[in-house]
Amino acid sequence: MDAQTTTHEPVLRATGLVKRFGGLTAVNDVSLDIHPGEVVALAGDNGAGKSTLIKMISGVYRPDGGHIYLEGKEITMASPLEARALGIETIYQDLALCENLDATVNIFLGREPTKRLFGIFKQVDRGHMLAESNKVLERLDIKIPNLRRPIRQMSGGQRQAVAIARAVYWNARLVIMDEPTAALGVPEQRKVHELVKTLKSQNVPVIIISHNMQDIFAVADRIIVMRRGQKVGDVRAAEVTDDDLVSLMVGAT
Amino acid sequence: MGVDSHQTYSRHAWLDTISRIWAWLFLLAMVLFFSLAGEGFFTAFNLQAILANMAILTIIAMGQTYVIISGGIDLSAGWVMGMAAVISATVMNSLPETTPVWLVVLSGLGVGLAAAWIAGLVNGILIARLNVPPFIATLGMFGIARGIGFLLSGGMPVPIYVKGLGFLGNGFLLYYHPTVGWSFLTPPAGLAQADLRNLTGYFPFVVIVMLVLLLIAHLVLSRTQFGLHTYAIGGNKEAAMRAGIPVARRLVTIYMLSATFAAIAGLVYNVRFTNGAANAGEAMLLDTVAAVVIGGASLFGGAGTVIGTLIGALIISVLANGLVIMRVNPFWQFIAVGIVIIIAVLIDQARAQFAQE
Ligand SMILES: Nc1ncnc2c1ncn2[C@@H]1O[C@H](COP(=O)(O)OP(=O)(O)O)[C@@H](O)[C@H]1O
Ligand SMILES: [Mg+2]
Repeated sequence: MDAQTTTHEPVLRATGLVKRFGGLTAVNDVSLDIHPGEVVALAGDNGAGKSTLIKMISGVYRPDGGHIYLEGKEITMASPLEARALGIETIYQDLALCENLDATVNIFLGREPTKRLFGIFKQVDRGHMLAESNKVLERLDIKIPNLRRPIRQMSGGQRQAVAIARAVYWNARLVIMDEPTAALGVPEQRKVHELVKTLKSQNVPVIIISHNMQDIFAVADRIIVMRRGQKVGDVRAAEVTDDDLVSLMVGAT
Repeated sequence: MGVDSHQTYSRHAWLDTISRIWAWLFLLAMVLFFSLAGEGFFTAFNLQAILANMAILTIIAMGQTYVIISGGIDLSAGWVMGMAAVISATVMNSLPETTPVWLVVLSGLGVGLAAAWIAGLVNGILIARLNVPPFIATLGMFGIARGIGFLLSGGMPVPIYVKGLGFLGNGFLLYYHPTVGWSFLTPPAGLAQADLRNLTGYFPFVVIVMLVLLLIAHLVLSRTQFGLHTYAIGGNKEAAMRAGIPVARRLVTIYMLSATFAAIAGLVYNVRFTNGAANAGEAMLLDTVAAVVIGGASLFGGAGTVIGTLIGALIISVLANGLVIMRVNPFWQFIAVGIVIIIAVLIDQARAQFAQE
């Protein structure tokens, strides 16, 4: 099954990706295209190879075979930092936020803007961080009452929003989310769905790994199904049902 | 955010407030109590003595503040201080008698610092690169620095024979005498020995040094990228790493910073007591950790301030002084500080628990 009918150049193209761990082939000859403003769900049972696949795209693992192209140019990444520098932002399940620090600091962590005091003392520019954070949150239509509160005091949905804002602020060309709603209640899951749609409306493509059928059907344009390291389906979300997906995932006919 | 979670947050905010201000209140209550109950407590002379006596503790505690915020602990700082004090005393004695005092002090500090930096670098590399837990790495260095200090000094304090050194350590910026008036840097000339007891000094040099270091430590921690990264590493090391913060390099710097403060404290000890003793910083482990934790730092890492540590050091120093003034056996101080440490950590744990909910 192939549902790619769009004519744009894909933002991301991967061809023949392979990753082996010892004797185990975790990802076996997987190719995919992601187009501008497209939300692609990556579905599959536990151990199907979803996380391994995105880790190759986000620079965590070096593929044992295959190629990755970003906007037509082949890329190789030695680390997640290099992937981020190229505009591939990944939001992991654990969000990787510093709970003791506030939202603005978390958005800028590792890339803090500075200004000089009296021409010598280089200090972190908190005013700039706050102003920029407000801008990006506004762009994503996220309302967080007090940005100077530590993340620790925020709800799960607000934390997810901060993690997404961080990814988007740095002009992500592609956002990858690994199980973004796994730890959230229903209202907060909905908020995440809205955020994904906002990203889409701004033409930022999103790859979202999920087990959750609600997630998948709420946001995805296209669904890629993995089973035992292989891509076994690539379908338009509008053209399939839950049951179709489940049978693809488990391999029944 | 639901009603339930909102309640948790406000209860948590309440605990946060308590944990932030209790140290100030405790300090205030202690000062009031000793002022009313202890004769000679609330005088310019005694209050300045309290500040001068806490200089060494405060200086080491600043390094400990960075270390604890980063999620570690430096058990070795007190013995690194002693080792540096012995080394700088030996260096100062070895210089020709004609060397100007400032050069003697700088030379002592330079060599003391160099030795301390080796200790800090080893701590940092063990912790940041070889993943040895801070408790173990710095416990090892505790033993090593202690051994080196005693070996170099032959187990005895090294007296320093440099003229004018004690003046630096115990002198004041300003002096006042009721009949002669004010004078700057040195006591008024021509005072009879009997007249000296009417002389009052203001702004001890060591207190000025302490305040300058406090200001620098505070600005760096609260305003620079390095300070922010210290909090980030203590809050979530993994996240800091993924955000591209050079975590290992930062940690090495943090332990070297702690060693730097230890060496400076060793020099303050040199000039104040005109000797260098390997065990000069023996009491510092309990006192610095207490000062930092009383000051609101979390032993889980990620929280703490230099100002808080200053309050913690003040509490310990006021307590020590007050007990003497009240003619209470000063050994009670250890017990009191021990209890205060445990209370501070209990509050910290309660706060962490509420944050989890
Ligand atoms: N770092 C690793 N070392 C060895 N085996 C791994 C590693 N990561 C994943 N695997 C294996 O690769 C397969 C695919 O895993 P993963 O990509 O995590 O699947 P999914 O995310 O779809 O649940 C599994 O069999 C898993 O055990
Ligand atoms: Mg996975």
